[in-house]
Amino acid sequence: MQAVVDDFNASQNRIFVKKLAVSEMLRKLMLATAGGNPPDVAGIWSSNIPDFAEKGALTPLNKFIDRAGINSNDYIHIYWDQCASHGFMWALPSTPVSLGLHWNKKLFRDAGLDPNRPPQSLDELDAICDRLTIVDIDRGGKTVRVRYTELTDAEKQAKKFSLVQVGHLPTQPGWWIPMWVNWFGGNLWDGDRKITANSPEVLETFEWFRKTSDKYGIDNLRRLGATFGNFASPSDPFLAGQVAMELQGVWMYNFINKYNPQLEWGAAPFPAKHPEKFPVTFAECDALVIPKGALHPKEAFEFIHYINTQGPMEKLCLGHRKFSPFVKVSDEFMRNHPNPYIKVFIDMAKSPNARYVPRLTVWAEYNDEMTVAANKVITLVATPEDALDEVQARIQWRFDRVARRWDAIKDERMKEWNSYDPR
Amino acid sequence: MTRGERRNLWIGLAFVSPWIIGFLAFTLYPVLASVYYSFCDYDVLTKPIWVGTLNYHDLFTDSVFWKSLYNTFYFAAFVLPLGLVIALLIAVLLNQSLRGRPIFRAIFFLPSLVPIVASAMVWWWILNGNFGILNYALSWFHIRGPQWLADEKWTKPSVILMTLWGCGNTMVIYLAALQDVPRSLYESAEIDGANPWVKFRHITVPMISPVIYFNLIMGIIGSLQVFAQSYIMFSGGMLGGSGVATSAGGPNRSALFYTVYLYQCAFDFHQMGYACAMAWILFLIILFLTWVATRSTRKLIFYAGE
Repeated sequence: MQAVVDDFNASQNRIFVKKLAVSEMLRKLMLATAGGNPPDVAGIWSSNIPDFAEKGALTPLNKFIDRAGINSNDYIHIYWDQCASHGFMWALPSTPVSLGLHWNKKLFRDAGLDPNRPPQSLDELDAICDRLTIVDIDRGGKTVRVRYTELTDAEKQAKKFSLVQVGHLPTQPGWWIPMWVNWFGGNLWDGDRKITANSPEVLETFEWFRKTSDKYGIDNLRRLGATFGNFASPSDPFLAGQVAMELQGVWMYNFINKYNPQLEWGAAPFPAKHPEKFPVTFAECDALVIPKGALHPKEAFEFIHYINTQGPMEKLCLGHRKFSPFVKVSDEFMRNHPNPYIKVFIDMAKSPNARYVPRLTVWAEYNDEMTVAANKVITLVATPEDALDEVQARIQWRFDRVARRWDAIKDERMKEWNSYDPR
Repeated sequence: MTRGERRNLWIGLAFVSPWIIGFLAFTLYPVLASVYYSFCDYDVLTKPIWVGTLNYHDLFTDSVFWKSLYNTFYFAAFVLPLGLVIALLIAVLLNQSLRGRPIFRAIFFLPSLVPIVASAMVWWWILNGNFGILNYALSWFHIRGPQWLADEKWTKPSVILMTLWGCGNTMVIYLAALQDVPRSLYESAEIDGANPWVKFRHITVPMISPVIYFNLIMGIIGSLQVFAQSYIMFSGGMLGGSGVATSAGGPNRSALFYTVYLYQCAFDFHQMGYACAMAWILFLIILFLTWVATRSTRKLIFYAGE
């Protein structure tokens, strides 16, 4: 980002942009905006846009965008769409991501699997997982290391083994627990005022979670989990070869390259429940916004516009080892891109089955609640039905409260947004 | 008031004005504002909307509110008595004349000097179910230690254990009080043939009872406001994987304490009005318990001055 900022500063002599790296970014942005002293431009996650927009923390960009002649068709539509909320545009994309299955080719080969063939269906994933899972088990007083497929039925039943390596865990890395419903063709809300946390597809997703502990045992999973190192370190379980397959973002290349460049890996779309809806992915982007009350909105947009031109955008995205949110990319970009699977991620983002986080102002709570529910289901504290009924009730209640507030202020807000003119 | 006196008053007020202004702007105003916000739907960025007692009504039916309250009381029920007794025990031991006493005092006080963030990280490793030294130590006794941080049955005991490790502050206050007990009382008791337990029970405890009371009150306040340990150790999956999915407050919110939920509501979910209502309920709970503690111990406390 700094290199692109320097380019911008060098390209003209009216505006000088200073980049600040901030931790706890969202919290600080919220408080700075509430206090009337925000930065001119801020980078947030696209999933934060609905919440920040509805709370009146952002400046609507429609008039800027129209005047600058920026065309939505130039963008991969999932990224453009995410910058909109309540009929206004609040941001323009910067670096985008999509998620795909990453697999460890060496572990596939060791298990006698074709290292170049990722699983094509969830059933195949399941079968492959059994082959890739390795356990230590006590047989006649001696600890032996065997594959899960080599266990007897009685041993599988008793679960008196400890896990050394697993094929795949839906909880690893565990950052997008509710987003798994995409792969089961489900929705987390109806697009209006109703949460659909206990719909059949979501239930199916949670049944799928439970299969993991049915098969491997809760205590075994907990003990394996305690051996996992931090993400962004060589002891990350995928990089260390403890987990053979993981759903990860396009950024994973950076970490492989940094912490385990020897790793033989591949990336492909993660198999979906309904083969006709393929490929499925979850796509998000970093988004550049102008907080409400920013002192230099026109200059701020000039900078955002600069980033949103092909050259600087490709420089930025190449620096991040991501792909460009534009439909059109230069041959040079593709040629110079170090990630050998970059096209896989671009194609997934363009898929009609790419999904993003529900445009809900209660998403933070929803995500939290779903993760708690997943834990209850995996540790067999609750059935998927009970756990999800509770999520449904809680989040619907929270959502009703937020909707009530929105109804009370929306006329005023709409008037304010419609009349906003940067001129 | 003469002119001189009035002048003096103004000068005096001017000198304390930094404190007065600070108190009014940064303490009194926020406190009063939070009362108002607790009756509002307030998300920090939008202007507050009056909703009457809705937040308080919602709290009574919010299962997570009750769970966090239960977790906090559970924590306090162990930490408060255990903390008071263990700190007193250590203080009495460190009050004996033995070689290297200053070193022992320093060692026992040291944990309370360690920032809670650092000690939480250390305990995070000590309690690791596979590599932690606690389970390693248990294995000497052929006990297979639990998954302290991943099993919801063990998360609260983990935080309790870790908190008791830092009871040095309480201990130091006891120690100071113990040194104030007049030697002459012990000497006359010894002449009468009192054994160490009788001396402890009938001289030491009554003489330091105001300090025990002080530590009790501080303990009630402190333990009901427990925050950092849980917030850091169970921050929701960022510290490596878990195998079973965890979010704030640990597995199945088993270590979600009241203030952690309050913080979540305020700063993660932007429900500031709701969080203000929670804060006032906690204040009333602490006020009530302090009142109960004061009333019920009134006759047991001996003030030497009276």
